Amino acid sequence: MTTDAAGLPGLTPSQTVGPFLHLALRWEDGPFVVPEGTPGSFWLHGTVTDGAGAPCPDALVETWQADPDGRFDHPDDPRGAVASSVPGFRGFGRCDTDADGRYRILLVRPGAVPGEDGAMQAPHLDLSVFARGLLDRVVTRVYLPDEADANAADPVLQSVDPDRRGTLVARADDEGLRFDVRLQGDGETVFFVL
Amino acid sequence: MTQHPSQGPVEHGALPHYPPVEGVHPPLDSPGYGSTALRHPREPLQLLPQRLTEVTGPVLGEGRLGQLDHDLTRQHDGEPQGQRIIVAGRVLDVGGRPVPHTLVEIWQANAAGRYRHAADSWPAPLDPSFSGVGRAMTDAEGRYRFVTVRPGAYPWGNHTNAWRPAHIHFSLFGRAFTQRLVTQMYFPDDPLFSQDPIFNAVTDPAARARMVAAYDHRLTEEKWAIGFRFDLVLRGPSASVFEGEDDHDD
Repeated sequence: MTTDAAGLPGLTPSQTVGPFLHLALRWEDGPFVVPEGTPGSFWLHGTVTDGAGAPCPDALVETWQADPDGRFDHPDDPRGAVASSVPGFRGFGRCDTDADGRYRILLVRPGAVPGEDGAMQAPHLDLSVFARGLLDRVVTRVYLPDEADANAADPVLQSVDPDRRGTLVARADDEGLRFDVRLQGDGETVFFVL
Repeated sequence: MTQHPSQGPVEHGALPHYPPVEGVHPPLDSPGYGSTALRHPREPLQLLPQRLTEVTGPVLGEGRLGQLDHDLTRQHDGEPQGQRIIVAGRVLDVGGRPVPHTLVEIWQANAAGRYRHAADSWPAPLDPSFSGVGRAMTDAEGRYRFVTVRPGAYPWGNHTNAWRPAHIHFSLFGRAFTQRLVTQMYFPDDPLFSQDPIFNAVTDPAARARMVAAYDHRLTEEKWAIGFRFDLVLRGPSASVFEGEDDHDD
């Protein structure tokens, strides 16, 4: 491996998942952040579209979130890694898009998560999109529509141009919450660099 | 203390921070690769400060693995056609630390350059003994190992007489959302590199070279398989969480 002057290895560059991502990245249990039938669970769903408004049938959506108590069962949660109060909670969801560009992921509401200096962040999910034609993933956040007060105080959401903030807030519908991803053009989703 | 644990403040300084590395990943708008035209965001990306959601990530256990997931030559009754190869290496972070117990997923075309996928219409033969999908977990030192066959190159419609260099797709999690990486591994000295806009979308030649595996005689097994070494390097936490008070990530 090549290393720099300090003997440290260089970052491996990202490449596109290509059109055949389904082969490996489609998991039978991928869309289930929580097991089917979990009380309070609902579908987060939507369509991934391109700059011409056409659906992207070769994309992969992944989500990562806190549990309803705002906890992460992870060693870097400074409050300590604890198993979720929701049995079978994985925190992670993955769904490839269908022929119409649609994805859906079964989850429970994330709790509020501490931010900087003890301030709370509004309940949210981090969401990545991978696709043919995307040389690196794009990252966005999903906020909940019935958390107006928390959303109004959320430092990340408030850092976004008010005209575009709405692209980060899911809409309630019959199935659960709808969150469309527009990769480019009119109503383009706000994407983040980490 | 009656305070609910989730309500307690989190000292920002107690969280790891994964500094971005500039100039390595390919630009989302890479005109040579036609499919980026309608799929790259036109608006500037906004900065997402790294908080708890970003510095944590899924901890996926061995339960995701089948016994032969790492050996793509033994997933069917017969042996696949093609040159048997071993692809092995380590997953590290940019601090040189191993990334242990993390899931590595791979997928690839068969020896003739054909994917077992309904959308692959290239009329090269499918191999009934090859699915082209593998999974492994890194060990405590970040090591992984796959046995497979060397994938073939294949044509695609990006430009006239366009051929993808032979490659294996890799998907990695690391331990934090910030570390997630999907990339492609290439083979040394491939004459098709010069005309491939996906490989060349990585503009820094040194970074491009990090996507190319190396022939490794120690990995090569006598009268059985040729070995290629491929190390993957993810973003890493800064050396000390107490360092860089002025190094705010927001």
